[in-house]
Order: sequence, then structure tokens, then C-alpha cells
Amino acid sequence: MADTDQTEALRARVAAAAEQGEPLSIVGGGSKRFYGAPVQGSALDVSGHRGIISYEPTELVLTARAGTPITEIEDALAAQGQRLVFEPPRFSAGATLGGVVAAGLAGPRRPYGGAVRDMVLGLRLINGRGELMRFGGEVMKNVAGYDVARLNAGALGTLGVITEVSLKVLPAPAARATVAMEADPTQCHEWSEGWLRNGRPLSGLVHDGERLYARFEGTASAVDDAVAAIAGEALESASADALWQSIRDHGHAFFAPGDTPLWRIALPPGSDPTGLGDQWLIDWSGQQVWLRGHPAPATLRERAAARGGSATLFRGRIEGVDVFPALDPVQSRLHRNLKKAFDPRGILNPGRLYPDAEIC
Amino acid sequence: MPAHALFRDEDLRFDVDVDPLVQSLRQVLPAEGLIVHEQGRRAYECDGLAPYKQLPRLVVIPETIEQVQVVLQQCHEAGVPVVTRGAGTSLSGGSLPHPQGVLLAMGKFNRISEIDTQRRIARVEPGVRNLAITEAAAPYGLYYAPDPSSQIACSIGGNVGENAGGVHCLKYGLTVHNVLAVKVITMEGEITTIGSDCLDTPGLDLLALMHGSEGMLGVIVEVTVKLLPNPLTKQVLMASFADVGSGGHAVAGLIGRGIVPGGLEMMDGAAIQAAEDFVQAGYDTDAAAILICELDGSEAEVADQMKAVDECLREHGATRIQVAADDQEKARFWAGRKAAFPAVGRISPDYYCMDGTIPRKQLAYVLQRISEISAAESLETVNVFHAGDGNLHPLILFDGNQPGQLEAAERAGSAILQLCVEVGGTVTGEHGVGVEKINEMCVQFASAEIEQFHGIKAAFDEKGLLNPGKAIPTLNRCAEFGHLHVHNGELPHPELDRF
Repeated sequence: MADTDQTEALRARVAAAAEQGEPLSIVGGGSKRFYGAPVQGSALDVSGHRGIISYEPTELVLTARAGTPITEIEDALAAQGQRLVFEPPRFSAGATLGGVVAAGLAGPRRPYGGAVRDMVLGLRLINGRGELMRFGGEVMKNVAGYDVARLNAGALGTLGVITEVSLKVLPAPAARATVAMEADPTQCHEWSEGWLRNGRPLSGLVHDGERLYARFEGTASAVDDAVAAIAGEALESASADALWQSIRDHGHAFFAPGDTPLWRIALPPGSDPTGLGDQWLIDWSGQQVWLRGHPAPATLRERAAARGGSATLFRGRIEGVDVFPALDPVQSRLHRNLKKAFDPRGILNPGRLYPDAEIC
Repeated sequence: MPAHALFRDEDLRFDVDVDPLVQSLRQVLPAEGLIVHEQGRRAYECDGLAPYKQLPRLVVIPETIEQVQVVLQQCHEAGVPVVTRGAGTSLSGGSLPHPQGVLLAMGKFNRISEIDTQRRIARVEPGVRNLAITEAAAPYGLYYAPDPSSQIACSIGGNVGENAGGVHCLKYGLTVHNVLAVKVITMEGEITTIGSDCLDTPGLDLLALMHGSEGMLGVIVEVTVKLLPNPLTKQVLMASFADVGSGGHAVAGLIGRGIVPGGLEMMDGAAIQAAEDFVQAGYDTDAAAILICELDGSEAEVADQMKAVDECLREHGATRIQVAADDQEKARFWAGRKAAFPAVGRISPDYYCMDGTIPRKQLAYVLQRISEISAAESLETVNVFHAGDGNLHPLILFDGNQPGQLEAAERAGSAILQLCVEVGGTVTGEHGVGVEKINEMCVQFASAEIEQFHGIKAAFDEKGLLNPGKAIPTLNRCAEFGHLHVHNGELPHPELDRF
């Protein structure tokens, strides 16, 4: 598909919807349709608004239209020896840049490399009044005005239609290797800390219930030293790459499609990642736990909260259960006010974050 | 006094009799926590941007979170503005008092509540100094990464308010990348914790929004920061260049090779001379520019990178490369850079520090234009540059005792900031807008964007009581300032080769 700038058409469409009070459901590649609560609204298709606008490897910045497939961006980066450090899950081939930023989801490298929002330098956005605005920029450091660009990372399109994003990109490391070993799943954090404090370039740590897998990425010498120092089985590179891709994109057997709900538990470092459910997969050195099955939602949320974390109903719907845990009253009010400030008529992805569409 | 009005009529709409407020605050604050007399208030009339002075109506120094809540509740009720101040090191007048308001000094909130060495988290009160966090973490082999030059004095609450940077940002990020949570009191006096000990928290990313919000959205009473393990080893080298353009190309060359140094700083000839005279860092005073490059990691990693860096710098015309022989020399190489501002203070009665960020490839062009802009005002500039991330600090030298020089420096400063926007950059990389760059915000942002900022402000603070007149200009101010919004990156003469 050819690069096309549809900014004005998108803006006009949002402005018209604003006038009518017509709810819009923003769609890119549709790869994360399952995520967040369903939205009743006319589809606003952003996928035709695509193309890399500028990419200067030595500036470490890439700017592209929101509908650009994330794979196209990753290919362009790879050709210059660079990458998106947050390793966004793609779920399916259509995933777009706009969707990656709006969902704010990151892959296995997140704890060691950074989140989507950490790499968002600026964006263009159509707010719920149909106004096109630009926040942030294409430079690493920028404190002019409130950080609206990062605020929109993970907002699931409830504050605006993202039309363009500038991202910080980073050099890809020279070498990588993965080691598998038997380990107690409650010890993920200890292993991770031991390696990090010894300067090992850890870039992924998962436990699938049977084994712990650790990925190292860096200079050849650092990666070789790490592998040599660890008593485990070094995976052959093709199968290692396939493993990490399956964790990242949820192609792993653990995530196999089915009716069983998938929960995502965020935990503080060093918490016990076990004991929350029977079927689990631990990622992020224990700071992200995936659960399959039918745990009692209220109990699960209480247990996660008791450990200082939170539980999100990531995939699959349960009658009467919200996707995201409720906010405290102060933050509910702030969300409500912010939503009104960006989208006074509540037309953008109403209810996708919280069932009370006025909250966001 | 500065050339432009600090506060406009619309910022001075809070003409309230504060006597009843004083009476009721006496009930909740310790005797020394409420300063009414002029002499006591005088101590708070300015922050790190010293030419800007303003007496606050009252100074309040709370000691507990409950006291902060009551102060805010009562100010909210009475309609009295509140300006929060930490260590008072803002370089943009962020904590300049409001003439009709309370100056809320958070200096008593100076305790480190917790260093969790297992989780690598520190929980601290907002008045804790940046460097004190690293000092407290050091016995455990940990540190807090963002290190603004004022780290010995500046406090963490202000670091969040300004999204402070430092010399290690390219690799380790800004304050926003190193803070996990903040406990905030709203203008209504309610308390909430934004963020958590986890890597993400449900809901909108209000934590990102709090960073760089310049005390306009809430009052921070606790900050949870991430600590990092000390790198196993560090190496520092210094390269000399015959012109700044080559230095800029060398930086691009390093990054093109996939090297992201822990620190990468550039100084121009005037800055080198000033720093060398001040701290005898061993700088090459014959060079037109020097690059200071710090590499960190494991021994093997650093050795590999040193080799690549050395090759690359020579390819790009480095005339001399000095590698620090030991820890003392590493510290000395950095001492010159970190002391650049005071060093300049020795050679000029006053200086005005700017803070634009530019795409790095525009460096040579921007430096050329900066020298032309200052020459037109018969002033000189000295430049230090966070070369890795494009954050430029031109220091405009002037003498405030010479009539008209401060105004000339401000005109030059404003022109430099507009230049940064013109080349696709921003008016402030890490110092904040405050009261200093509020007019230039009109150049960087269009009306719809400025209105959206005001909408965000109102979402948190409906009455507009927190730090009024800072950070976001009113549209009236922009109309009066009279500058058109320049579209980023759309240069007047795009055909010109600027590097």
C-alpha cells in the first residue's frame, strides 16, 4: 500500500462526529480489538493513513503516520541496525504504530529497556473537538508544556486520535543469546538481580512453569561472558528467537486461543509471582504474570492489590467484570475531567478504558 | 528587572484579604511554619533565576502531609494562589512567588523514608536533595540515575516538577523514566498515589503528566524512585576538535555505529577556557570544541566500546584524545563540565543560561546563528551541550550593572529559543518554562494546543490556584507577544545546508 496522508480527512470526520455527538470506534489494524471494553461507535479507520515521514538513524528518531504497520517500521529500523527497544507485541500482522502507542503494551524487554511511553518523543493528535494538535517533538529532551504525548500512550484512544508519532529508537546490540535452566519460579527476581548487578546485559526473563529462560543482548564479549558464567543450556539461536517472539506476540502454546480468560497481573519487583492461579507464565523477571483459567475475579484483584500490584482482564470477557481495576475516587475525578478537556462530547472510543464512558 | 512583565492582569485576579487565612493557618501550623513579616518573606523572593524577584504574600512551611492538605484546602476555599518550592534552584523561575499568594516551602520534607535494596526502590520526601538519594543508596552499590548539574542542591520534588535531566540522559533517561510513583495532594487537599511500585499502573498515565508540570497540577509529598546497580566499570575519554562541526559529526558517527555512551558532552572553546581556568581539569585549551565521553558496563563491554569510540573519533578528525588514567582523572574530566556554569560566573558579572534542544544535525548552524544573535546585541556566549541528546545550554554573558545589558541578554535569549523551534527543536529541554520562557511558548505552540494545556490544568485545578501565570501562556499574552507560531522543522529556507 502506498504512503498516504489522510490527516485532513480524519480531522474532518472527527469534527463532523463531534458536531453530531456520534461515537467513534478508532481502528488501525484491528490486532488488539480484544483489549479493553468493546466500543459502540462508527468505525474510524486510521489504517490508510500511513508511511514513515522521517527517519534519521544518527538522531535516533523515527516519525511515522499512525496507520503504518509496525512491521514496516521494524524492517526500516533493522535495515539500519536499530530497533524499538520496547518490543511491542504484534498479535497479528496488521498491528499499526498508532495502535502500539494507544495500547501502550510492551514485550519481554520492557523491564530492562523501557516502556512504549518512555520512547514516545512527540505525537500529533486529533482531539474530540476535531482539532489537530502537536505535542512533544522529535528531540530527546523537551519539557515545554504538559507531556500530552506520553499521556496518550496507553490511553486506548480515549483522549484523541493519534495521527503521527515520533519515537526514540536505539541501536540493536551486536550479539544475543538465551540460556534455559531449572529454577524455582519464586526465584525469578533473585536470578534477575544477581545478573543485573554483575553487569550481565539481561534483556528478557520468563518462566514457563518448567524452566527459566534468560536472554542477554549486548556486545559479543558481554553476551559470551554471561553465557559462560551461567550453568544452563544455551539455546540454539533460531529456537531462542522463536521462543521470545512467541512470548512477545502471544503465539506461545500458553496463550493458545480458546474461551479461557487471560489475565495480566502487574507486580512490584521481588513479589511472589506464584499462588495467584494454576496456569501461569511469568515474564519481566516476575513483574508481569499471565494467568489462564477462571479465578474468582474479585479475589484475584484483591490478592494482586495486596502484593502492591493490579490485575487486568486482558483477553476474554466475563459478565459483570471490568477489564481494568477501578480507580480511587480522586483519580476517577481527574480522569473524568481530563476526558472532558480532550473530548467534551465523549465521542472517542467511549468506554474502552472504563465502563463509565465519562471516566474515559 | 526583566524586560517583560512577570505577571499579567489575568494572573493577578486573586485579590483576597488573607488575614482570615492567616488566622486559621496559625491553628494548624507550628509557629515557625508561617512567615508573615516582610523580612522573612524576602528570603523566598527568587529562585535560581535571580533577576526575577517577587515577594510572596505569605510563606508557609508545613512539616506533615496533613498540614499540606489543610493549607491547600484553606487556600482553595479562600481562593488564594499557591506556589510550591523545593530547594529553589529552578533556572526558569518555576518557584517565583505569586504576589497575591502563599509560597509553600517543602524544605522540611527532607527524609528518606525507605531504601529497599532488594527491590531497588527508594521512597523519599520531596525536599530530599537529588544527590542525597545516590549517597544513601551508595552503600548498597546502587544509585539514582538522573544527575542535573545542580544535583548537590536541587530537590527531588522539583526534579519531578521540571522533569530534570542531567548528563546521563541519553542512556539512562530523564526523571520521568526513573520515577515509579508520586504521592500528590490536589488543590482541594485530597491525597492520591499516582503510579505504583509496578512497571505500569491501570488508567491514564497521570505519572507522565505530573513530570514537567511545574507545580501546576498538584503538590508532591512523596516520590518513589528506581535505583540502578552501579556499573561495574566506567571509562572517560576526552577528544579535541578543531571546529564544533566536526565534533557534532563525531557524535553522529558514534551513534551510527551503535554506541550509546553513558554520557556525551560537548563544550566550545570559550567554555573550555573558562572551565580550565576555574578547576584545572586538564582540558585542551587549543581546541575549538571538546567531547567528553563516558562509557560504562562490564570490563569487556567497555574495552570493546573504547576501541570503537577511539577509531570513530579519529575518523571524524579528533586532533587529540585523552583517556582518563584513573578514577581521579575521570572525576577531573567531569569536574570541568559540571563546573561550567560557576566557571562562567567568574569571567562575567552575570550570565543568562538558555536551554533549547535541537536536532543534533543542526548544531553547527545553530551555534553560528547564536554567535550572530549575540554579536548583534554586542554580547558574547559560551556554549555547553548535552551532545548525546541535543540539549544546548548557551550562556549569554552580560553585566547587569550596565544599563540595558539584561534586556539585551533577554532579547538574545528569546531569539535563540525561537531559533531552536525554527530548526525543529524546543524552547526548553530540562529547565522548564516557568516565567522565563512563557512568551516563547507562543512560538512553539498553536492556539488549540495552548487551549488544550489550559484544559488539562483546569482538570486538576479548576480555580487555577496552583502556580498561576507560569508554564502555559494565556492567549492574551501570546497576542501581545505578537509572534506567530512557527511550524516545527519548516525552516524559512529549507534549501540551505546547515551542517
